[in-house]
Amino acid sequence: MHRVLGDRRAIVTLIGPALLVYSLVMLVPMVWSLGYSFTKGNTIDGFTGNGLHNFQRLFSDTAAHKALWFSLKYGVAVTVGQVLAGYLLALLYIFFLKRASAVIRTLVFFPVIMPTVAVGLLFQKFFQVAPQTGPMNSLLSTVGVGSVDWFGSPGKAFWVLVIMDIWRSMGFYAVLLFAGLVDIPDEVLESARLDGASGLRLVRHIVLPLSFPVLMSALIFSINGTLKVFDSIVALTNGGPGNATTPLTLYMFQTSFTYSDYGYGSTIALLLTVVCLLVTLAIFRVSRRDLTEG
Amino acid sequence: MENVIRAGAIRVSAYLCLNDDREPTVIIHSLRARRARITGLAASATAVAVLVAACGGTGTGSSSAPKQFSYLTNVENTTVKTGLGTLANGACKAQNQTLPLNVDTVPQTSLDQKLQLLAGQNALPVQFAAGNAPALTDQLYKSGKIADLETKLRDLGVYDQIEPAAISTIKALYGGKMEVLPYEYNIEGIFYNKKVFNEHGLSVPSTWDALVSDAATLQSAGVQPFAASGQQGWPITRLVSGYLYRSLGPDAMKDVADGKAKLTDPQYVEAAAKVAELGKNGYFGKGVGSIDYDTAFNQFLTGKAAMFYMGSWALTNIDDPKQDQVGAENIGFMPFPAVPDGKGSIDQYPSNVGLAMTLGAKTFDSRVGAWVKCITQNYGSVALKDQGSISGFKVNTPVQDPNSITTQVRKTIGASTQNVLWFEALFSTKATNVSQTNAASLVTGSMSPEQFMQTVQRALSGS
Repeated sequence: MHRVLGDRRAIVTLIGPALLVYSLVMLVPMVWSLGYSFTKGNTIDGFTGNGLHNFQRLFSDTAAHKALWFSLKYGVAVTVGQVLAGYLLALLYIFFLKRASAVIRTLVFFPVIMPTVAVGLLFQKFFQVAPQTGPMNSLLSTVGVGSVDWFGSPGKAFWVLVIMDIWRSMGFYAVLLFAGLVDIPDEVLESARLDGASGLRLVRHIVLPLSFPVLMSALIFSINGTLKVFDSIVALTNGGPGNATTPLTLYMFQTSFTYSDYGYGSTIALLLTVVCLLVTLAIFRVSRRDLTEG
Repeated sequence: MENVIRAGAIRVSAYLCLNDDREPTVIIHSLRARRARITGLAASATAVAVLVAACGGTGTGSSSAPKQFSYLTNVENTTVKTGLGTLANGACKAQNQTLPLNVDTVPQTSLDQKLQLLAGQNALPVQFAAGNAPALTDQLYKSGKIADLETKLRDLGVYDQIEPAAISTIKALYGGKMEVLPYEYNIEGIFYNKKVFNEHGLSVPSTWDALVSDAATLQSAGVQPFAASGQQGWPITRLVSGYLYRSLGPDAMKDVADGKAKLTDPQYVEAAAKVAELGKNGYFGKGVGSIDYDTAFNQFLTGKAAMFYMGSWALTNIDDPKQDQVGAENIGFMPFPAVPDGKGSIDQYPSNVGLAMTLGAKTFDSRVGAWVKCITQNYGSVALKDQGSISGFKVNTPVQDPNSITTQVRKTIGASTQNVLWFEALFSTKATNVSQTNAASLVTGSMSPEQFMQTVQRALSGS
């Protein structure tokens, strides 16, 4: 095996085709899209050079700023929710349910495999106020609070979206983090218990540091996924009311494909790529810190 | 190109054959290395060939003679599709045998995107729904993708088969050009439930103040005054433009398009404020932002709401007893009311040709011409007779109106002398979208009238 992998030609032969396909389907479109950032036009009239105008426009476009702010706000809220709920569920599986956790794990994981549009419709019906009163509003009316138009105001629509996405994906993060927690040797936990660590102290000083790498992976997965959220928002609010729940992805889609402004749409896509890159780098930087030292 | 792909494919196949059922080996012979290099090159060539083939598709559909009378329309519109189907088996049977009708559909929200992509590939169908905003149709026309229908219809000798009012509406919307066919011809106004009005002792309001007063009476009696779809948005923005053309005159929206006025001007903001007030008083019912088009229709046709701003295309639904539980005889139609001291007149109606249909320039040959000739001569009668739908084509075979409200609307269309523009008529696609998606926020109070008009004006100015 060593002789094969030590041969440069063998390496080229083995990874060449995959690298080529990857370059063609991933890198070329990315570079192509970057090129579009310096153009204006559409498929009907053709494209012409536009210099840095799209970038200047990005700086003065309040709708883009609003979409960026929403993406960040949504990304942080859902990431914290997803990873925290997932971690708590993983702890529940390991320390309380133990071998009996399989059924609960399956049930909590179930929303992950459901189509996003179906989940969106489910939550739409659950929180609706008209034409029929949904279960949530019925409950509020029963306790005397009265019906709430959840999708009529930006703040409430945001929280319904956050709740939906946390519910939808916490099962995935629970399984991911569960896999990390299972790897912690029983001997380590046992010796910590013998030393008097239990409950929160055990989690804080033993479980958390030892599961830190997988926690970081979960965070990176989650923040990148949530910053690029698209389908769940289209299914539930379609960016509304107005453009109050429009993230950068949806704004980019509308700009490119609804308004045929491909050049500016590509510029927004570039902004999103840079944001994802910066956030990932920031998380990597934080993850270098060794928690066991603290 | 085909040969290159085939050569590449053969080389890849050869490569795959070489590697089957062989034991893993650690020795890389120079021959095999050469083969691998060749294989890599072949794979690269194949991938590039496939990519070039995929990217370079020019879609010859439009440049060659059409094999079918292909028709792309929005899923939601079943009227035109049904009418053409009837013609294909009836009056236009001969044309259909020469060039068979083939209908393809796309959701209205994806229509613009599909048209742009097809236009970019020169693959537009023979006939198609012409985009959600006249701006896109105009762009297609200017780039030579759409036929000059005035010339074509004159050449075919059927230009007189189009109602003059429909021609005037099309030209007002499409920069003075005949870019589309009037498969629908609609005027807009307020449909109301006569029975509910009588029960509460209300008369048909002729002024805005009387309309608001009637709405207040209905609301206090526990009847929802207006049904409106906040999800669609336009049934709300139509009220804003209604107030505008009654208060500022028929050119209110044209002045905005021409840059003579801005939506942020006080008299424009006042119109938005008047409509916002209706929402503030709860006259649109609960959760108006979540109400879709069908639900709003249903609210009115089941008697849950007393008034409904809509176009005359609603006559098809009103004529359907399954949908209309109120009964066509209990539904009336009134113009948008006058505004005190306003420059507009109550007999000016906004008119449109629905989601317009047009024909591609490059596929318009003699067989398509024969189809178009047959359509212009027969569609008007067929649509009215079978579906109660009013088109902009002449009704050559006398058809009895299905109900009194259809007669009233047809008479109103006949008597209407001046056309007025609705809110988004001359907006860009972006401004139309921004206006309609923010309309619900205007009436729920999430946005102030100033903010609403400012947001739409910004989209209109392209910033």
